Parts: sequence; C-alpha cells; structure tokens
Amino acid sequence: MSSSRRLLIAALSLAAAGAHAQGAYPGIGRAATEAEVAAWDIDVRPDFKGLPAGAGSVAKGMDVWEAKCASCHGVFGESNEVFSPLVGGTTAADIASGRVARLTDPAFPGRTTFMKLSSVSTLWDYIRRAMPWNAPKSLTVDETYAVTAYLLNLGGVVPEAFTLTDRNIADVQARLPNRNGMTTAHGLWPGAGLGRGGADVNATACMKDCAPEPRVASMLPEHARNAHGNLAQQNRLVGAQRGADTSRPAGAAAAVAAAVPAAPPASPAVALTQRLGCAVCHGADRKIVGPGFTEVARRHAGRADAVDYLAAKITAGGSGVWGTIPMPAQPITSDDAKLIAQWIANGAAR
Amino acid sequence: MQSERGPSGRLVKAPESFIDAAGVRQVFAEAKQGRRDFLRQAFAAAGTAAAVPAALAQANPAPADAGDPNILNLPEHSRGLGQAVATDGYGRPSKHESNVQRRQSPGLTQTAQSSVSFAPLQSLFGIVTPSGLHFERHHQGWWDIDPTKHRLMVNGSDSTLVKTPRVFTVDEIMRLPSVSRFHFIECGANTGMEWGNTAVPTCQYTHGMLSCSEFTGVPLRTLFEMCGVDYKRGRYVLAEGADGSSMTRTVPMELVESGEVFVAYGQNGEMLRPENGYPLRLVVPGVQGVSWVKYLRRLEVGDKPYGTKDETLHYIDLMPDGLHRQYSSTQECKSVVTTPSGGQVLLDKGYYNISGLAWSGRGRVTRVDVSVDGGRNWRRARLETPVLSKCLTRFNLDWVWDGKPALVQSRATDETGYVQPTTRQLRAVRGTRSIYHNNSVQTWWVQESGEVRNVQLA
Repeated sequence: MSSSRRLLIAALSLAAAGAHAQGAYPGIGRAATEAEVAAWDIDVRPDFKGLPAGAGSVAKGMDVWEAKCASCHGVFGESNEVFSPLVGGTTAADIASGRVARLTDPAFPGRTTFMKLSSVSTLWDYIRRAMPWNAPKSLTVDETYAVTAYLLNLGGVVPEAFTLTDRNIADVQARLPNRNGMTTAHGLWPGAGLGRGGADVNATACMKDCAPEPRVASMLPEHARNAHGNLAQQNRLVGAQRGADTSRPAGAAAAVAAAVPAAPPASPAVALTQRLGCAVCHGADRKIVGPGFTEVARRHAGRADAVDYLAAKITAGGSGVWGTIPMPAQPITSDDAKLIAQWIANGAAR
Repeated sequence: MQSERGPSGRLVKAPESFIDAAGVRQVFAEAKQGRRDFLRQAFAAAGTAAAVPAALAQANPAPADAGDPNILNLPEHSRGLGQAVATDGYGRPSKHESNVQRRQSPGLTQTAQSSVSFAPLQSLFGIVTPSGLHFERHHQGWWDIDPTKHRLMVNGSDSTLVKTPRVFTVDEIMRLPSVSRFHFIECGANTGMEWGNTAVPTCQYTHGMLSCSEFTGVPLRTLFEMCGVDYKRGRYVLAEGADGSSMTRTVPMELVESGEVFVAYGQNGEMLRPENGYPLRLVVPGVQGVSWVKYLRRLEVGDKPYGTKDETLHYIDLMPDGLHRQYSSTQECKSVVTTPSGGQVLLDKGYYNISGLAWSGRGRVTRVDVSVDGGRNWRRARLETPVLSKCLTRFNLDWVWDGKPALVQSRATDETGYVQPTTRQLRAVRGTRSIYHNNSVQTWWVQESGEVRNVQLA
C-alpha cells in the first residue's frame, strides 16, 4: 500500500472516529457530551482526582450542619440514634501515628467513622453524592468543603479557624487518625492490582472422628425466644417442618401452623410517612430525634388550625417546640403535607 | 394411615389451640412414640370449645370410622366452578403461602430505607430465589425508575482511558447480544450478626442476605469495546448508581475482561424488580452484593481504585491487629442447611431429607459434607443439578432421626480445593469483630422436643 493511501485511510478513520468505535454494533449508543459527563462524573479518588476547586470554613460548616445534618447525626456528630456515630474514639497520638489505637482493643464497643476513615476523599465524595440523607446532592461544592471541615474539626484533625480547600486537603489527609490503619494484603480481591491472592483460612475436609466432643457455647437466651416475632408464622403451613410457636415458652411449644392474619394495609398517610422516612426521626408514640406522632397529636389536640399549622411545620421545618435539634424543611407537596397533618390531627392512629 | 407405616417424616399438625399445656406435652410425647390415638381425644375436646379459629381447624385427624373426611366429603373445589383465566394478570403465590415473606431483623437498623430484608431460605426449594422474595439492601431507599428516561454512561478517569465516552439508553442496551446466567448474590455482611456469638434464631436471619437468579444482560466487555477502553492502563472500573446514595464500588478489570461482569436488565425471565435495581444493575459474579450496583447509571474506567465509602469505610474487615482489610470482595465458599433449621420443629422421629445450599465466589462447588453429631463424623451429600460456577448449589442427604439431640452442620468445598472453615478456624485467623465475610460452618441443634435452635459450638 502506498504511503498516500495509508494516509487517506488514516484520515477517513479519524473522521469516522465516533462511528468507528462502535465496532460490530452500529446504531447503538452515542458519544456523551462534555456537559453530560460533567453532570454525572462527581467521584473523587484518594489521590484527589475529580476534586473540584472550592473552599469552606469550619464556621460555615457548623451552620450547614445544624440546619441539615444534626437532626440525624447529632450536633457534634456523636449521635447513635439514627446512624452510627461519626466522631469519637480517636486521639492526638492517633493523628501522629496514623493508626487508631482503640481498634486493637476488643473491649472498645463501637467504631466511629473517624476511627475507620483512611482517605479524606471518601468523606468528601460521600457527603457530596449522598448527603443530606433525604436530599442527596443538594449541597454546593463549597458547602461540601465546609461540612467536611466541620467534621474534621470535631474529629480534632483541624483547628476551629480552619478553611478546607482543594489546595490544603492533602495536608489534612496527612493528619487523618487512621490513615495508615488499612491493608489490601488479603485474598478477597479478584484481580491482580490489589491484594495478595489465596485464602487466609485453611480447613480440611476430615470425615471421621474429627472434632472433639461438641459443646454448645452460644445460643439465644430464653428471653429472646420471641424477639424476631413468632417463628410459627415465619414458616410454611405445609411440608416437612413447621415453625416453633415462640410466643410460648420452650417445651410448651408444639409445632403449629398458624396463618399470619393479613396485616391491614397502611393508611395513605402512614404509607407516606414510611415512604418519606419520617419514622427515622419520629416514633409512632415516642421520641427518637423528634417527638412521636401521637405526642404531636396530643399537644395540638384542641387546636382549631391544627392541620394548617402542622402542614406548615412539615413543609418549612422548625425548632424550639420540642427541643433544640431542628427539623429540616421537607421537600414534599402541600397535598402530601396536608395528608400527614390531617392524620396527625386526627390522633395519628396506626 | 401413617402410624401403620411406622415412623414417618410427615408431620401431623398439633391441634395446640384446642388443648392446654399438659395436652401439648402429651402431644409431643405420644407423637414421638408414633401413636395417633390422642388426636381423636384432642378433637373430641375441641368440639366443646367455644371459639375455634377456623384457620387452625385443618389438622389431619386419624380416620374415625370410614376414613378421612377430607377424602370422603368431596370439597367445594371438586364440586364447583373455579375461577376464570387472567383473574390476576400477574399471578401471585397461593394465599396459603403468606408466611413466606422477606423480613427485617428487629433492631438491626434504625431506618427502613438504609436497611436489609432477609430472604426466607428455610422455605425455598432448588436454587432460584423467587424475585419477590429476593433479599433487599438499600442504602437510601428504593425507587421505581422510568426506564425510558434511564441512561447508562461510560467514561474514563482521564481522557485517554476511554476513547469515546458514550451514553446508552435502555432500549439500546436491550438491542445488544445478551447472555443469561445463573449466579448467587450474597451481601458481604451475610451472617455478620453471628461473628461474636449466636444472635438470631433462623436461617432467614443468619443467611438470608443471599439470593440466586437467572440474570439477563449485556457483557460489560461489549460496551467497553464500543467505547474504546485502554485495558493496559485501565485496570479498575467504578460502578455508580442513579439513586440517592449513588452507590459506588471499584470492580477489577480482570472480571470484565473475562466476560463475567454484565449489565443486567432481566431477572428470572422478567425485568429486574425495582427493589433489585430496575431497570439496570451490574452483575459481578462471585463478588459481594454491594458491588452489584443497582439503578446503574455510570461506569468509569480508571488507573487506580476509587476509595469509595463502601469499600474503604464500610464493607471492610477489622482484623485482630486493628487493621482494616479494604476492597474485600470475593465471597468465599460457604453452605447452610436450610431444613431442618433454626426455629423449625420436627414433630416425629423418622425420615427427613436434610437439604441446604452451597456456593463459592471462586467457582463451582465440588462437594458438600453433612454432620449430625456436631462435626465429629461427616457424610457426603448429593449435589443436585445444575452445579454452576458462582451459583447456588442445592444439596440433599437422607437422614433418619432417632429422636435424640442432633447437631446438624454442612461443610462445602469448591473447585479450588478451599474447604469451608468452622467458626473456630475462622476466628483463629480473623478474630470476632470483622462483621463481614463470615463463611463459617453453621450448626443447628435438633432438640429432643423436635425444636431446632441456632447454636455455636466451642
């Protein structure tokens, strides 16, 4: 082939690059526009690839936090009511070593986010894509920096006067308390790039006279017998076995074939509160973060404008009536808000 | 009549609602002796009871005179006209199956949107999980997304990793050549509540973050080839969902190159259920469920892993030395006896079919052994076909229960030679605080009363 013909072919394939890449499947898919990629490609890697430029102070982060985050996570990120605590369990010595000492203590009860966090990018990326829980992706880039800064301050990683930016975030990374507390040296990554192939637990398939005389070391205590509901109602009514009637003490429990009475369908308002996640903060009858629904009903029982009042509270949010933790404004239609308000005003019956 | 055939595994329902506690004990005692006379007495007593719940009045009494009235008196359905075709345009299980439900484990999570429902393994047959009983794990609630508006994007971490970033509609994905494959999906936290000690009563809760379906979709390799992926530099793939949490996980390119990873839209002959990612989800065979990103909207090719929340902060294994294992993915070989299992009751001595499920994220299950004496002695179980790679395999073993306490276990081996460890063997390496990847041997204690309990052995 002459060199000019080769050039021509190269030019043609260049011109048809878009179509050419489709290979055997013409007519399927199209090139993404830059704006489309920018709209969705929001991930940030540990080397900060993907991190947009921006800045946010601890003080600004506290404002955002109290308005949008504290209702689930607590004012200081310490709450265990809705999600696991974010902050706590780390020390200045951990910041120096990059290993959280309490992770080696089997007696330490829980693990907070800051005890586990090895890359600050993970925190930034997750807040940006998934928080606040009921309105994900609503924070601006600068608000994301600010909230991250506030959490880092609560975790003792940065001082109160700190402003987190894309330019100093690598310095913050170097102070994360558990930045060295991880490993990929295991056999559970099915690729070559990470890990260290092979299994770490090696058993053999012995067939005869294998284990010593078995001894039961752990089982559910009697008082937990019915903790998962009546198991008789969690097994089929026909077949080789039945479920144990755990509503009775062991020993008295003959096998039964109890059909579960079909649960009555939830009222539209109750279904709505379940769908919208209201029950995360409001118990049916008791306070979780905010007051229980029946508590609200009782407080406003005599109020003539209860429906309008409650609907406005749901839509606009508020604080001070039941405590300092604010209820965020709920992004729902006024019809939905009224439906829930009416249900509460009528006593919030299940 | 059963008592004339000798011991039998068929159960006779105890009419416990009609008799007092002493009577119940008598039912147990006599049933184990294979006698049935007491039933007549029990029913005679029941006849005098004021309010007999109709639903419970369905026991199988011994024929008094001529025979079983269920045989002698022809039922309504033998004498009348049944229902019309298409009475229900999308059929449902029998109303008698209402106990078979996926369920939450009380107290496990504070919210119902970031939570889990467990598949009722104790009530399932074979290897396929009915789509409506498939376990659920949502991080920020589920959605029923309009498939005509859903898009899938492929791009790169930088401009050289993917020659042409592309966008596909669901129509276009469904036009491409498809594969249909059976695979298990197991949450990395399955059996996680049991790391330290016994915490839950039944195999629904111990092992129910496990399901298996025939998935249909397009190999990711096909889409990548259309976009021009640089396989030399691009050794990692980020998968991202379209829901509120926009779940992300890093997947190794090796599993894409092998053709195993695919973008699924079909599940058990129908479209994916909304709870399982309708209209698109990633299928990553052998890898824990969190990587099978639901509502899949984007795949990014990268030269480094992504350090996402659910691979470096959650779904990490805390080891005894205080280090977290990150990016742990493979679900190692595991099995569980599903019947008889915790919370069930055997009313009678005699024949039972011990039945269970085995699986491995590294390939095919090659054998399953079953012990009824707490692991001292083992017998090899039958593997029922099909036996497929990275798929549930059903095993069965004949067992005649002598009425004495038994400790039932199963132990699977996969094609790599890996043998499922005991709890003790697993803890010796990984401690008790890992939460994830508990694949140890499960023990069910069949008590003399016939009631089966979840136990852990020393």
